[in-house]
Amino acid sequence: MTTTQAETREPSSEAPRNHRVREPGVGIGGKAIGLLNGGFLLFWALITTLPLLWAILSSFKTNGEFRTNPTGLPSGIEWTNFARAWNAANIGQYFINSVIVVSMSLTLTMLFGAMGAYVLARYDFPGNRLVYFIFVGGLMLPVFLALVPMFFVVRNTGNIPLIGGLLGLNSYLSLALVYVAFSMPFTVFFLTAFFRTLPNSVAEAGIMDGCSHFSLFFRIMLPMAKPGIISLALFNFLGHWNQYVLPLVIMQDGDKRVLAQGLGTLAANTGFRADYTALFAGLVIALLPVLIVYLLFQRQVQAGLTAGVLK
Amino acid sequence: MTALRHGKYPFILAFLLPPVGIYALYMLSPYVQAIYISLTRWSGLSATQTFIGFDNYVEMWNDDQLRTALRNNLILLVVVPVLTLFLGLFFASMLNVGGRRSGQAVTGVRGSSVYKVVYFFPQVLPHAITAIVFAYVFAPSNAGGILNNLLEAVGLGRLTQLWIGEPKYLVWIIVVVMTWGFVGFYVVLFSAAMQSIPRDIYEAALLDGSSRITTFRKVTLPLVWDTVQVGWVYMAIQAMDGFAFVHIMLGVNGGVQGAGDVLGVAIYRAAFAEYDFGYAAAIGVLLLLLTMTIVVLFMRVLRRERVELA
Repeated sequence: MTTTQAETREPSSEAPRNHRVREPGVGIGGKAIGLLNGGFLLFWALITTLPLLWAILSSFKTNGEFRTNPTGLPSGIEWTNFARAWNAANIGQYFINSVIVVSMSLTLTMLFGAMGAYVLARYDFPGNRLVYFIFVGGLMLPVFLALVPMFFVVRNTGNIPLIGGLLGLNSYLSLALVYVAFSMPFTVFFLTAFFRTLPNSVAEAGIMDGCSHFSLFFRIMLPMAKPGIISLALFNFLGHWNQYVLPLVIMQDGDKRVLAQGLGTLAANTGFRADYTALFAGLVIALLPVLIVYLLFQRQVQAGLTAGVLK
Repeated sequence: MTALRHGKYPFILAFLLPPVGIYALYMLSPYVQAIYISLTRWSGLSATQTFIGFDNYVEMWNDDQLRTALRNNLILLVVVPVLTLFLGLFFASMLNVGGRRSGQAVTGVRGSSVYKVVYFFPQVLPHAITAIVFAYVFAPSNAGGILNNLLEAVGLGRLTQLWIGEPKYLVWIIVVVMTWGFVGFYVVLFSAAMQSIPRDIYEAALLDGSSRITTFRKVTLPLVWDTVQVGWVYMAIQAMDGFAFVHIMLGVNGGVQGAGDVLGVAIYRAAFAEYDFGYAAAIGVLLLLLTMTIVVLFMRVLRRERVELA
């Protein structure tokens, strides 16, 4: 361990200059490399943050300031940018649309995903492996191939009697269901692995107490799977909130756009309208929920997203 | 589960039906239909869907714009993973084994957890936001262009360009933006792998007098190589996308002279701008074949590597 080295030397190991035997990388050359390391790290941190910081600062400027002094600091905070973004540029409507769609899609994804994964993980029945592989196989399919037929599937669901009015194109529910479908492969894959790790003894105790299959799931197994559910819910929240191409196909009506999609359209029109600062205000509005979730759950988000690769 | 045999199958059915039903309707059935649609001529608006065999595929062969898109996808596929994995390994090793204080062979750099939080952030950002911000990074000086203004500020004004106006830069701009977005993810991924390397291996290396670079090459890299390979496959699949970046930064036509086109945008354009749904589906099949090839190829290479290591 570390002590073997420290003890062969003088106890004054805090002052590296007194060392007679130089360890490689601890002397003056080592210090220089250390500084260089720090420089590189800081450099990338700046590359990561500066563009975003610039966008945030730009959202506080007036359009005049933005044009004459694009890289300087704002002289004050121009709150009307946010008002213009929210109302005139319709970001408010897009924000609400996103909230509606994502709250539906996230709930349904987690509920249905957990239900499917639970059955696949803990019940033996003919076809179990087949269903599992059909779900997991979806991980390899590129979204873009499905784009065209999916558009028609969604359009045709609008013609179903009784419930057709809720579905079809430009419907919150349709978009949410599409998100659910495209989230199923990874959700089922991840949660099946998770449900398999849960101990049998607790389930057996539940059965002894006379739980039915349903109450065993909702009252015992689901609460036990909470850590897995939470990290996957964060993963899916970010995926759904950030989705761009699926809403582009399904929400063609201007008022039904979701946030990422609406921002894209706004950015495309900004050049003509010359209202740059409202665009950046809209961008900040869209950024906030993601930033808040990330800062609050930073460790779980990192663990959840990287687990996707390692499993 | 033996005690609960009663009512087992109705339960399984009730629990499987909603997820399987939604998945089959909105995800599986489109993939199956796509193959058939790709063999037809169909404007989507009319009911007439004429079966034309492989005509769409022949058309693809002669489509110069599609060739550009394909070339760009291949560039993204090769360059973005190489850049990202290189930078990811570089920064992860600096964060985790970069520090050397006396008495300790390796330590993390001070503030490494803060760095990780900052580096990872682009990964959670919507692609749309990244695309908009970088559209302004590469914009002309008088429209906010951060890069040009920075170049002027440090006296390199002659290097300024109309970046997004130059066909030859477009795909490289997308490469830069994607790499920017992905590096942090791999820093965190590789950090986790490096954290699990036992410290005494580094101490042994230090006693042997190995330099930092040797330590990295002979100790760190071999021990995280498995993670690097997995990351490579994942990265390659992601690099096939790039839709939001191209669509927002360069527009639905792939920028000036269509030079920044990618397959995803070509599919979207054929379907929803040109109403040529059969052709769009055919490009989709091409993309599927490409993805499958890559996955199989990588799996092959990976398996061979594993055998060699064992």
